[in-house]
Amino acid sequence: MTQMTDTTLDLARQHANARIRKARINAAIRYVVLGIVGLVMLYPLIWLVGASFKTNSEIFANPGFLPQNPTADGYIEGWKTSTPYTFGTFFLNSFKIIVPKVIGTVISCTFVAYGFARFDFPFKKILFGSVIAILLLPNVVTRIPQYILFRDLGWLDSFLPLWVPSALAGDAFFVFMLVQFLRAIPGDMEEAARVDGANSWQTLVFIVVPMLAPALISVALFQFMWTMNDFLGPLIYISSVDKYPVSLALKLSIDTTEAFAWNRILAMSVLTITPALAVFFAAQKYFIEGISAGGIKG
Amino acid sequence: MARLQLHNLEKTYGNGFRAVHGINLDIEEGEFMVFVGPSGCAKSTTLRMIAGLEEISGGEVRIGDRIVNDLQPGKRHIAMVFQNYALYPHMKVRSNLSFGLRLAGVPKAERAKAVDEVARILEIEPLLDRLPKQLSGGQAQRVALGRALIKKPEVFLFDEPLSNLDAKLRASMRVRITDLHRRLKAEGKASTVVYVTHDQTEAMTMGDRICVMQSGHIMQVATPKVLYDQPANLFVASFIGSPEMNLIDGSLNGNTFTTATQQVELPPHLLGRLSSYPKKAVLGIRPQHLRLATTGLTATLKNVEFMGHEVYLYANLDGTDVVCVASTAEFDAMDRSADHLTLQPDPAHMHIFDRESGANVSLPQGAA
Repeated sequence: MTQMTDTTLDLARQHANARIRKARINAAIRYVVLGIVGLVMLYPLIWLVGASFKTNSEIFANPGFLPQNPTADGYIEGWKTSTPYTFGTFFLNSFKIIVPKVIGTVISCTFVAYGFARFDFPFKKILFGSVIAILLLPNVVTRIPQYILFRDLGWLDSFLPLWVPSALAGDAFFVFMLVQFLRAIPGDMEEAARVDGANSWQTLVFIVVPMLAPALISVALFQFMWTMNDFLGPLIYISSVDKYPVSLALKLSIDTTEAFAWNRILAMSVLTITPALAVFFAAQKYFIEGISAGGIKG
Repeated sequence: MARLQLHNLEKTYGNGFRAVHGINLDIEEGEFMVFVGPSGCAKSTTLRMIAGLEEISGGEVRIGDRIVNDLQPGKRHIAMVFQNYALYPHMKVRSNLSFGLRLAGVPKAERAKAVDEVARILEIEPLLDRLPKQLSGGQAQRVALGRALIKKPEVFLFDEPLSNLDAKLRASMRVRITDLHRRLKAEGKASTVVYVTHDQTEAMTMGDRICVMQSGHIMQVATPKVLYDQPANLFVASFIGSPEMNLIDGSLNGNTFTTATQQVELPPHLLGRLSSYPKKAVLGIRPQHLRLATTGLTATLKNVEFMGHEVYLYANLDGTDVVCVASTAEFDAMDRSADHLTLQPDPAHMHIFDRESGANVSLPQGAA
């Protein structure tokens, strides 16, 4: 009897071991495949970083990403640029657009979305319909009327056309995103706050904004990345080199040099994408929460 | 503590739907009033109008001697407990409790004292530094209760506060709330309470008085006992009590009530009470007051439910389904082979309703 039990136990143990082994093999295969696909996707970026440390001639001679004689030459020369300004000026210019734009967007879009999601007022449907219509309108269509408007305001060759519209809730996408997020949050907490004696502003500041935080972080991140990468806007409105943001400055080094110093361009490209990447990774947790939480009921 | 009065209170929505049809209600100082009714009877809407969360279309709400129609919820001296707790998710329990006081500009030390006192009463001291998501349903409900209690409001409003809890917890919270109200009342600190529920057990056990509502009308306002013993109309008769009151259609002929094929003699005291003599009448008798007997009404037995200490006998009496609650002993003594029951209504507990108006025409003199 005991012997039989032992055999049964052994058999069970063998089965369990086999199962664990199989699960491990499966996991290993999954990770290898994921690793390869990830590498394929990341390779251009890795190559970019590697190539920025190569000499100009090595970039075309050596297909691998590890530089044979690593040099920071690209960074040093690239930073100086072919203009009287260093790349630092251009970074500063970029931030002069980004900072007011991001802060303005977050504040103004919160107000507008709160209004649309929680209050009834005359013509609400038509107004919200027009927000959605703007969302569907291709940007290109409004470029010329906008240009004429800003020209008449005397805003050409300044940063104003690049951030003022957004800071006044001009980005329909963000308004829409926040409205949807707010609609998914039950109104009870706000009602409780009203019973507790809060007025609309206090309710917004103390109750709604903290609950909206993940969505607001997403809005800020999107706006940061899109503005950092925006090329067309500055190209249209900014004509003086001393006001160029980094996106235009990168193009500058291609324009003015006869033989392109690719290593400098690549080095500066690396620097250009660094802030966006850093911000993204720092806020990744909230960002993903923000774009996915809309559909989940708290 | 304040009296709460509703005068011709009306609610009409933008699409023309009339949810509340001019109700009048007077709730005494420190009284525990329960609004009960089926879904969609506008009990919550009425509560929300009292709270100021819903606009009032007509009539007035008076708290103490103030008409509060146009006051913001925060200025009405009320506190409300919501069905799904509605705790502020980003604040710790402590801040949740003191939020209202903070808005009111109460100094920090005083707030802390108030929080400690409420936490002690509700036994939530160990939870003060937790976030709402770290609380169980019962704990969250206690915090929600605390948030209302801390304000020392004149009127407490409860909107189905226990319906998200499991049966056992609901029962213990029920006791806790009534106990708290009683204790505060004894100390002279009780608030007037309006408690909305669709659960008649909660209504019967908690309320000093109960207001039964249907489709935006008040059907009856009375103490639980009066509501049970003297229902004003067919709706209240069938809504209050479990199993439901048996309502048998028929007609009145002299001193007898006639169903399709059978007759019941009505006792003189009942006949003497009749305020009118309806052509189409309904005999109302609670299942507990329908006895198994040798003479009486004959009904076809359809189903038997064994509840432990008693047995529910489901039968058909001339086309009307009736229920009889028998004790286990009576059931054991019953002739189980027959598919017929002979039922004798207890003469002391019979009601006669007018089928057309629904009104109870056999209420004792002076009853509501």
